[in-house]
Amino acid sequence: MQLPDRNDTICALATAPGMGAIAVIRISGANTFDIINKIFQSKSGKSKDFKAVKSHTLHFGNIIYDNKIIDEVLLSVFKNPMSYTGEDTVEISCHGSTYIQQQLLQVLQGSGSRLAEPGEFTMRAFLNGKLDLTQAEAVADLISSQHASAHTTAIQQLRGGYNSTIQALRQQLMDFASLIELELDFAEEDVEFANRDQLRALINGLLKEVKTLRNSFDTGNAMKNGIPVVIAGKPNVGKSTLLNALLNEEKAIVSEIAGTTRDVVEDQLIIDGYRFRFMDTAGIRHTTDTIEKIGVEKTYLHTEKASIALYLCDPGQSKPEEIKSELEELKTKSGNNTLSIITVVNKTDQFSEETLLPYQELPSSVFISAKNKTHLEELKSLLISESGVANKENENQLVTNARHASSLLKAETALTKVIEGMDDNLTSDFLALELKEALYQLGNITGEIYTDDLLGNIFSKFCIGK
Amino acid sequence: MIYPNYDVIVVGAGHAGCEAAASAANMGSKVLLITMNMQTIAQMSCNPAMGGIAKGQIVREIDALGGYSGIVSDKSAIQFRMLNRSKGPAMWSPRTQNDRMLFAAEWRKKLEETTNIDFWQDMANGIIVEDGRAVGVTTGMGISFRSKSVILTNGTFLNGIIHIGEKQFGGGRTGEKAATGITEQLVGLGFESGRMKTGTPARIDGRSLNYSKMEEQFGDENPDKFSYSDTPYLTKQRSCWITYTNQAVHDILQEGFEKSPMFTGRIQGLGPRYCPSIEDKINRFSDRERHQLFVEPEGWDTCEIYVNGFSSSLPEDIQYRAMRKIEGFENVKMFRPGYAIEYDYFPPTQLSSTLETKLISGLYFAGQINGTTGYEEAACQGLMAGINAHRKINDLTPVVLSRSEAYIGVLIDDLITKGTEEPYRMFTSRAEFRTLLRQDNADIRLTPLGHEIGLATEESYNRVKSKVVDIQRVMDLIANLSIDPSEVNPWLNTLATGELNQRVKAKSILLRPQVGIVDFINASATLKSAIESLQVDRLVIESAEINFKYEGYIGREQELVDKMSRLEYVKLKEGFDFSQVSSLSTEARQKLSAIRPSTLGQAARISGVTPSDISVLLVHMGR
Repeated sequence: MQLPDRNDTICALATAPGMGAIAVIRISGANTFDIINKIFQSKSGKSKDFKAVKSHTLHFGNIIYDNKIIDEVLLSVFKNPMSYTGEDTVEISCHGSTYIQQQLLQVLQGSGSRLAEPGEFTMRAFLNGKLDLTQAEAVADLISSQHASAHTTAIQQLRGGYNSTIQALRQQLMDFASLIELELDFAEEDVEFANRDQLRALINGLLKEVKTLRNSFDTGNAMKNGIPVVIAGKPNVGKSTLLNALLNEEKAIVSEIAGTTRDVVEDQLIIDGYRFRFMDTAGIRHTTDTIEKIGVEKTYLHTEKASIALYLCDPGQSKPEEIKSELEELKTKSGNNTLSIITVVNKTDQFSEETLLPYQELPSSVFISAKNKTHLEELKSLLISESGVANKENENQLVTNARHASSLLKAETALTKVIEGMDDNLTSDFLALELKEALYQLGNITGEIYTDDLLGNIFSKFCIGK
Repeated sequence: MIYPNYDVIVVGAGHAGCEAAASAANMGSKVLLITMNMQTIAQMSCNPAMGGIAKGQIVREIDALGGYSGIVSDKSAIQFRMLNRSKGPAMWSPRTQNDRMLFAAEWRKKLEETTNIDFWQDMANGIIVEDGRAVGVTTGMGISFRSKSVILTNGTFLNGIIHIGEKQFGGGRTGEKAATGITEQLVGLGFESGRMKTGTPARIDGRSLNYSKMEEQFGDENPDKFSYSDTPYLTKQRSCWITYTNQAVHDILQEGFEKSPMFTGRIQGLGPRYCPSIEDKINRFSDRERHQLFVEPEGWDTCEIYVNGFSSSLPEDIQYRAMRKIEGFENVKMFRPGYAIEYDYFPPTQLSSTLETKLISGLYFAGQINGTTGYEEAACQGLMAGINAHRKINDLTPVVLSRSEAYIGVLIDDLITKGTEEPYRMFTSRAEFRTLLRQDNADIRLTPLGHEIGLATEESYNRVKSKVVDIQRVMDLIANLSIDPSEVNPWLNTLATGELNQRVKAKSILLRPQVGIVDFINASATLKSAIESLQVDRLVIESAEINFKYEGYIGREQELVDKMSRLEYVKLKEGFDFSQVSSLSTEARQKLSAIRPSTLGQAARISGVTPSDISVLLVHMGR
């Protein structure tokens, strides 16, 4: 078991997890100002030395990472010892979308800080003499209650299954590490040592699974790439009008929050902080003539990769029954079984309520007028709910996932080094170093410790001892 | 009173007792060493060898601190091998085969040369305890010796029972009586005790073996040695031999299973999983067709042979008949059969990090009484108990080695923090910082400390100081010396590593994985003459190479050590009532109350104590 390091710089969301108008991210520790110096620019594009600014001052500007504006923020500067923790601290007030929060936390982690453990800010506050014992005891109970909720989360994950997957990976890794330790501690014994090709295959297999897991956890990543949406429907139903309507309305947010040029984001929309990616919308935005030329096959191709299809229809063109069979066809021909379909009934301004009534039976139907931009809000909330992002992102899992993803990433790095080490004929004691790191990182997720397990594993499997 | 008052009484004169007596006496304490038999001081009760993987590092550490095990081993060695040479330098492990009688004689000589040590042949049967302090021992002859502290190193003697087949008899070692009284008294005082089991193989007549049917195992061509001091290198060596069991051997052994004290349940103590008896091996790994055996000579001029790998407590006739089916053993004559021995131990979680018991002040335990196995493990505990007993008497701060400083630190921390269910043996995998805990740098790690506490000699200390300087000189030279391609390209080609096309620093060549410094020096006249001009020891050159080649790994471990040591600095208040901290988990509360760790780092290593428990403790204890 390893404890949080008390001398490095930590960051975490200070406001409640989830969406809000604004959010506050706190960063505390000796390197706080170095980190902020690297990533903050004033509106005029100048950088600032926060070591030189006064405590308890506010600074307005942008967080820049990889030459991109992540968000426009307000920084509150607290200098050691005049902060909650007693260390150099900056609180970043940013826009409240979960996407922005995630991005900023990733930037901070990429710039030399790490995610704080539950209660760690308070722990530091106590250790730096900012809290007295009475206050501290209250905090101790708080920490333990946080741990209980963390425990609940762990149980949830167990039910969800990835804990057991990691346990299985860890066991495989342990077997591998045992073979390596066996070579080291029992070199004099008459035991058969592992075949290097088999070991390599095992590690490659593990590496693949760890990668898959890491990708699947990385909700921030999913949000970054956007949720793929295809707009389908017959010609002339108003697909391009709909997209333009959505785009025009959200454009300001797109350019302001993501801070990227319009070229890059023009087929992407951010709704409630979640990014949606409309596939091949360049085509859709062209004239209806062109759309006809694109052909039905291409629509199916895109539908295959989409999470959501907006199936647009014109009550003047198709009866509900026809639409139902068109939806079936879309599903079967695209071969996408997990596709969520939203039936968007367009041009509703042209039809009576009576005419529209039967269309309500269609799956996830929403009635809009793209031209008049009516009921677009309903459509947007349907996009959010169908995408399932809001569910995936309940508060505990978000934090846990970020930590788990980071453990998985470290495990992946260590395993990659094992492979590289084997390529370089590195002796097994150094491979063991990386293996222990990988085991430790996986153990971090499952909550298991390794050293004693390793020897136990060796003794149970191999006949050793002169 | 005809008997003087002592500072330290050491009970038992095995590896732990000898080191304990020597260290306390050399630091200035007046020591009484009580042994049941003056003729069996420093017996190698099991195999005639010292060191091995992880254990060899411990012997070097003992030597670096100023203990005698390394010196005695060198003076009685009949063969030296550096094990694990094909692995990274952290794995290199020195091992000697020893002349059993010479080993004991050298130890006795060392002890007799130590004027502060008195000897007494008798059985200690009780500790004199006054006001919760150990102030002496009573003996079987009815004598009371007074002292300021007592170190118990009873080995396998406490209520020892020897098993051979269905026969069992009291004894601490073959042909020697068991010791009684001490366990009963300590349990009465509130100590918890348990039973452990270990075993030893038969000793046989080397004249009856057919060596032509076995494989010879030679010592190293250029033998190294344990001690950093000027003990001699071996100029001649004796070989060991390797042979194997086979199905016929297994069949005969199996006949005896129903009479085996292991399988019939007569032995209750838990034996070591990594040192199983031959019957255990064929029982648990029945698919193995054969097991390796090492035929080890017991000395320079004796025909007595130790059959390593054939530990057994089966009836002696079964052992005898089975051995005769071993390749090369067809006409074997047995001196005495193998046996199993059960003995009392005291779960070591009852000790503090100085090896002093938490219950009785001034009472120390070292060696098998703490549930360990192995001469090296015992010796280093004896050394540390001797050091700390002496320091406590003189109101000096305790000497506690950390897990990142020494295998000795790992061993004692494991014992007092985790306890042990089976006889505890050191493995490199128990150390989280094994790249730092190498056999080549034990002196650099520990001799300054040994010197500071008055144990390592001035001479050793000066030697280490100049070694450090020399290593740096070699490293500077290699970093700055440039090498011409023409000089080394032919040699680099033979290693299948790329040729040079311009002059480069020697360091960049050395950093190639295929390159070793000894070959490099032989290949490059420039390097050779430059190194020779420094006039340094070959071990210095080796250390410089290790520092270069494993810089990255050493650095990484050092970082981890720095992180970990912050927790080690957070001391927990003595007598802190963990049961009152409601925010700790129930398991953590129980474990912490039982083990009473002295630092937060130690608390964190207790199984069942989670990071959030540690956070809670941090909050409660402050720093």
